[in-house]
Amino acid sequence: MILFVTLLAALTMATFSGGSAHADEVGTEFDFTISGNVQFNGEAQDGVAISVSGNGYEADTVTDADGRWAIGVPEKSTYEVTLDEDTLPKGVVVTKGGNVLEADFGLTDRRSVNFFLGEGVRNTVSFFDQFVNRFVNGLNFGLLLALAAIGVSLIFGTTGLSNFAHAEMITFGALMTLVFSVSFGLPIWLAILIAIVLSGCLGYGLDAVIWKPLRRKGVAVIPLMIVSIGLSLALRYLYQYFFGGSTSQLPGAGMTDLKFGPISLSPIDMASMGISIVVLLGVAYFLLRTRIGKATRAVSDNPSLASASGIDVDGVIRIVWVVGAALAGLSGVLWAYFRPGVSWDMGFQMLLLVFAAVTLGGLGTAFGALIGSIVVGLFVELSTLWIPSDMKYVGALVVLILVLLFRPQGILGRKERIG
Amino acid sequence: MSDNAVSAAPLEPPVPTQKPIKTTGLHIGEAEPGCRKVDPILIADGVRRTFGGLTAVDVDHVEVPRGAITALIGPNGAGKTTLFNLLTGFDKPDAGKWTFDGRSLAGVPAYRVARMGQIRTFQLTKALGLLTVMDNMLLGAKGQTGENMFRALMPFLWRNQEEENRAKALDLLTRFKLDTKKDDYAASLSGGQRKLLEMARALMSDPTLVMLDEPMAGVNPALTQSLLDHILNLKSEGMTVLFVEHDMHMVRHIADWVIVMAEGHVVAEGDPHEVMRNPAVIDAYLGQHHDEDLGEDQSAEAENVSAIKELLDDER
Amino acid sequence: MDWGAIFGNAAVELISPTTAAYALAALGLAVHFGYTGLLNFGQAGFMALGAYGYAISILTFGFPVWGAFLVGVGASVIFALILGIPTLRLRADYLAIVTIAAAEIVRLLFTTNTFASVTGSANGLSGYKNEFAALNPLAEGSYGFGPFENNAYDTWLRIVAWSIVILAALFVWQIMRSPWGRVIKGIREDEDAVRALGKNVYAYKMQSLIFGGVLGTIAGMIFALPRAVVPSNYQTTLTFFIYAILLLGGAATVLGPIIGSMIFWVLLSFFSGFIARAVEAGWLPFMTSIQGGQLRFILVGVAIMLIVIFRPQGIFGNKKELAFVR
Repeated sequence: MILFVTLLAALTMATFSGGSAHADEVGTEFDFTISGNVQFNGEAQDGVAISVSGNGYEADTVTDADGRWAIGVPEKSTYEVTLDEDTLPKGVVVTKGGNVLEADFGLTDRRSVNFFLGEGVRNTVSFFDQFVNRFVNGLNFGLLLALAAIGVSLIFGTTGLSNFAHAEMITFGALMTLVFSVSFGLPIWLAILIAIVLSGCLGYGLDAVIWKPLRRKGVAVIPLMIVSIGLSLALRYLYQYFFGGSTSQLPGAGMTDLKFGPISLSPIDMASMGISIVVLLGVAYFLLRTRIGKATRAVSDNPSLASASGIDVDGVIRIVWVVGAALAGLSGVLWAYFRPGVSWDMGFQMLLLVFAAVTLGGLGTAFGALIGSIVVGLFVELSTLWIPSDMKYVGALVVLILVLLFRPQGILGRKERIG
Repeated sequence: MSDNAVSAAPLEPPVPTQKPIKTTGLHIGEAEPGCRKVDPILIADGVRRTFGGLTAVDVDHVEVPRGAITALIGPNGAGKTTLFNLLTGFDKPDAGKWTFDGRSLAGVPAYRVARMGQIRTFQLTKALGLLTVMDNMLLGAKGQTGENMFRALMPFLWRNQEEENRAKALDLLTRFKLDTKKDDYAASLSGGQRKLLEMARALMSDPTLVMLDEPMAGVNPALTQSLLDHILNLKSEGMTVLFVEHDMHMVRHIADWVIVMAEGHVVAEGDPHEVMRNPAVIDAYLGQHHDEDLGEDQSAEAENVSAIKELLDDER
Repeated sequence: MDWGAIFGNAAVELISPTTAAYALAALGLAVHFGYTGLLNFGQAGFMALGAYGYAISILTFGFPVWGAFLVGVGASVIFALILGIPTLRLRADYLAIVTIAAAEIVRLLFTTNTFASVTGSANGLSGYKNEFAALNPLAEGSYGFGPFENNAYDTWLRIVAWSIVILAALFVWQIMRSPWGRVIKGIREDEDAVRALGKNVYAYKMQSLIFGGVLGTIAGMIFALPRAVVPSNYQTTLTFFIYAILLLGGAATVLGPIIGSMIFWVLLSFFSGFIARAVEAGWLPFMTSIQGGQLRFILVGVAIMLIVIFRPQGIFGNKKELAFVR
């Protein structure tokens, strides 16, 4: 429930302007004034810090007993007005438009600035509650990262390829879901299933048409990686060619959050986490218990030995591509709900974090990729408690570099024998 | 310089074309594992290296005699190459210290070890394929002015030195019969020629200790002879040689001293003829199978086993 | 169909400052990748540091042109050290992932609102050209001929840009035939072998990373002079385009990156001009002009794949000396 009270409008202010400047007014030597009145539920709030900056000019003041403030400015141009939320009483915050507003002068010499106050969400949420909420979000993000990262890791382990085109395999899943649910009007669960199957087919097709012939040709890993970059670029702009540059929403995106104590999650978030966990357990079962999964790990450990011991290496790699692509497709669907939105370059936006997760866990180890993903997911979300959210990926990438500095083989990687 | 290095009819087994002059009287006291040497060049103490739970190398004490050819032998997985890597700074041990020419090498990076005059080659040859043979050789020279990034831009500072190195390289290439290939890419050489190139390149820096990791692996018999001659020449030119080898004939023919490793430990040392009779060596090579008929064994160890069997027969 | 305009616009790209900037960045990448074997995927980060280092020095601190230039170069040296210290001891693919991550960090730091007062956040920076223009010795007027006719500032910019490219090319050519270059090429082939010969491989790789990075940084400054500095210009895709140019010309060559850049830009310009007019003329009814713009990026991607698979040594590379037959 939001209660907001506006500040007095400029016209009302004009009636006061004839009177003397109140106690806290600063910059009275200037001709132009920005002013306002801070009230909450009809009660004046005094002692609230307000600052104005712009055009190389800075000034600050606090509201008086009537909740009023005014700051003189030298020029008739645009200024940034900031209300320091820490100086508001407990339980009161700026609810709309944020605590930083832009003010520019119209025809008059005075400009009033209104902050919309409401009952506090932000100030009443304790640090611990925020932490828990971010933690759950981070876990959700980490799990969907893991779906993509395991594919990258398995492909790297079995073929030595750092697959940049994995980004486009992620996008593919989301785009196909969009096509089948929105354009063809199928129910969402069916659209997702079709998208995952098609993703698997894409993986099979890419392996059959591009990667298998290149392996046959004996192309080394670095040229392979550059081929994957070319493929990534081509596919990405192909998506933009057909789907345009806009962002679309999948059905059900933006459902209202449900509250569980401090945690607010939408049903989609919960479904996403559930699906991720079930699928990851399935992948773990596949790798640890099935014959083909064991063969996959054998190839990942030592391809030539595996080949010598009668394992069909090409067959294993084909399965890895299909499984990896299907997982990437699913990851793309979940990423589309998490961001939220489907766009042509959504996979590429996530790719670096996937690589970070894989490297963090140890290149080529599937379970390392899982742990790395969760670390990256948690770190991205939790770091927003301390740093601005538009820098949240910076933190994760810095961690990647730091981990490599102290543990080059990654969290689960083994040290390599030299010579 | 051997003038008949490449023989038209390779002998079986290959032997050097010159009669090796064996150096004797290298050790003090009994020829036992870790025994002291009259004039050691390399001394290792308590060097240990584990990979995961597996102990690859655990050497209490070993000394390599100066001015002699020492062979490091042992079955597969005995830790020979790992010990090589540790001694040359390519790998770091979990514990232990070792000295070269009286200077401690613990924690010294590989490139500094090389600069001290201890040059190694690799089991899998590392000829720099897309450099010419001549460039490969020039890379071996020490103390080049032009290898400094800023001086590199001023050719007059390094041109003379470059010419000297080039002359020296050509001289060595002629000795190794590679002079006609000097402008070819190293990638175009045969496996044996690459081994020769690697050895010649190592000599560019006038090393005091040359460490060869399986110099004969994958070399055809004709070249084997010339390689053996070259190794003997190193000694006659005053260098110390330490090499890892599987070929027991070669070991017996050219080595002055043999160090035997098994499961990471030094299990025996001695004169090449004596050491082959040491029960510890036979055990190391034969393991628990020494009662079985070795002729039937086709496993990976079979090569070593049959090799040692041959050697024991030779001794009789 | 106005073929004259299409060819004219394409010809303009032959000596445009942007082409020079890409050529120089690709030359830096040739030092990294072609000669040393370092997989630097953060060339866009080096370019961003050059562009922002220059612009911020002039706009925020009022430095002269040479001071701003040095700030950019200094920033990239520090950046190279930060990248190199943790990764140059590790396998090649780690450097790839760390450089790509570091370049993204740089871009995100320039994009965030937190430093908007200095970086201009997503809107970027402009208005730093006067200092450079003031150094122009050319009188007002127009110089050159045909499609290469430009006003005094643009001519001045082209002269400076291409002089730097030529100087850098001579520099790379000379240093790669020195003993230093021999060690660098040796490291590309097998760094353990070079280490066993007593060379401090780590130091050489670091020198190479700094050298190529500084070339990228100067390229970033040239790139910034005809336009505004906007963070979205310095995405990973920029690095990929420079790789495309490098592979097109030949990775371990001096002329390759320069000619590669010219071919890349002339073809790109010709292609977009042609498509745009073909769409206008209704020759391609299934395509909008926006899609035409995207089509060329699709083709860049396909071209990268085809070059690597079918002509890995590039146009100028020696068939034997391809940088990555490993």
